[in-house]
Amino acid sequence: MSGLRELYQEVIFDHNRHPRNFGKLEGANRYAVGHNPLCGDRLTLYLKVENDLIKDARFEGMGCAISTASASLMTERLKGMTVADAEDLFGRFHDLLTNAATDDDTAALGKLTVLLGVREYPARVKCATLAWHTLHAALANQEQSVTTE
Amino acid sequence: MSSQKAQITPGPAPALDAARLRADFPILHQQVHGKPLVYLDNAATTQKPRQVIEALDHYYNTDNANIHRGVHTLSQRATDAYEGAREKVRRFINAADLCEIIFVRGATEGINLVAQSYGRPRFKAGDEILISAMEHHSNIVPWQMLCEQTGALLKVAPINDAGELVLDEFHKLLSPRTKLVAVVHISNALGTINPVREIIAAAHGVGAVVLLDGAQAVAHAAVDVRALNCDFYVFSSHKLYGPTGVGVLYGKRELLEAMPPYQGGGDMIRMVSFKKTEYNSLPYKFEAGTPHIAGGIGLGAAIDYVTAVGLEAIAAYEDDLLGYATEQALTVPGLRLIGTARAKAAILSFVLERIHPHDIGTIVDHEGVAIRTGHHCAMPVMDFFNVPATARASLALYNTRDDVDRFIAALHKVNEVFA
Ligand SMILES: Cc1ncc(COP(=O)(O)O)c(C=O)c1O
Repeated sequence: MSGLRELYQEVIFDHNRHPRNFGKLEGANRYAVGHNPLCGDRLTLYLKVENDLIKDARFEGMGCAISTASASLMTERLKGMTVADAEDLFGRFHDLLTNAATDDDTAALGKLTVLLGVREYPARVKCATLAWHTLHAALANQEQSVTTE
Repeated sequence: MSSQKAQITPGPAPALDAARLRADFPILHQQVHGKPLVYLDNAATTQKPRQVIEALDHYYNTDNANIHRGVHTLSQRATDAYEGAREKVRRFINAADLCEIIFVRGATEGINLVAQSYGRPRFKAGDEILISAMEHHSNIVPWQMLCEQTGALLKVAPINDAGELVLDEFHKLLSPRTKLVAVVHISNALGTINPVREIIAAAHGVGAVVLLDGAQAVAHAAVDVRALNCDFYVFSSHKLYGPTGVGVLYGKRELLEAMPPYQGGGDMIRMVSFKKTEYNSLPYKFEAGTPHIAGGIGLGAAIDYVTAVGLEAIAAYEDDLLGYATEQALTVPGLRLIGTARAKAAILSFVLERIHPHDIGTIVDHEGVAIRTGHHCAMPVMDFFNVPATARASLALYNTRDDVDRFIAALHKVNEVFA
């Protein structure tokens, strides 16, 4: 049960029950749809980027507790970040979850460290990284703008 | 061949003593997360009894050689064992002739073979292929590919809220344009047992041939391809307590005779020159290259095993267990069954209110209970029930009421963790 508590920390339950920044973002100018072919989960991420600064971020979709909490925590964190910093954070987060990075890098993650419990659950790593891959795609895909109607 | 192969733990017939049969499955006797394993992912793949493992072991230890091409003793033994397995398959599904049993990699390859070898040379624009809305991706995608190649049209017969085929609609979709009907015998996502006799009779009425996907059926019900009068039947060994990597395509002889080979290579030829190649006779025409010899032999051992236990006994036992599991599952707060067909086998697909199947899967795994979560390779079924995924417990002959109780307790735990 101890491993389970590591995975399902209170913060994760909280963000799963009450996801922050949930719903479509009016005025978004970047978006991407993330898809986990393993489970069929789908997540849409909306960003409003001005002068290389992420002004706002919201998401929609149905997923497990881990993927929902990850998306919720990510959108919270993104607001006010530069595009370059967001990309950098994606890289760090991804490396940490896939064990490509050492533990001392966790400091930069702040609140996101609650998601590190998935490292003990290889089958669930993709749940935690889905939102982040979607972010990466949204940042790369400038021309994929959402209609605000 | 191997004398151990035929030895089955004897049980009182016709009733099935699952507790006793469990002893035949070494893998079941282990702990997962410190708890005795409860394996309920049998629709994905079943565990293997020691009789099957020993048959593989015996083959590699004493008989290994290539088949159909050696005069030496080992090659003869390997050939006898492999061809002996073909005869076991024939008897198992009551096919008329050995040449109607084609060894393939699995149900998936069997369906692709029929699509490419039966459908591709015959079908043209305007022809129709009819499937159901509860098919596994392996009984959808090969037909979509064939439609792209030939201009034929894929039609889909709908299901109702219980996950049953809507027969009225099925009949309406049949017409002289229908050239082939491909339906699942027992659905892996819902557990629905399809009324295959009625389906086959109706399809034959408009001149269509019928392929049945028996991947989930052969381990849970006696299958008689002649009584069914289906034209093609496919299944995989690994869902029938046999090894992975091998399966069976049954086809009526006259249909198989008229079909061109699926792949070219060794074993499928009678005579090769650079001017002309003469194909081998059935079933070898469809078996290019060195097959999974050990796998075929292992499948034969698996068939010996389930035959000794008795398919009727298995079906009756699992039916009772499914009834118990269903009744118990409905006591779990927030649980909704996906698939409530009147005719159902061995599968309990469900969702829990506000808890994603992935979270269910991880938490019950911590309780030592293995279930499947996801779309079960049936995304259209998930769309129909408007869920991203389901959790699925699927039963086998070695599962017991005790397993069900552990599973239900694990589901209560899930609710507790998410409370
Ligand atoms: C109904 C059904 N059809 C086909 C298949 C495909 O079987 P295989 O992957 O062994 O080829 C499966 C396996 O999940 C199945 O459940």
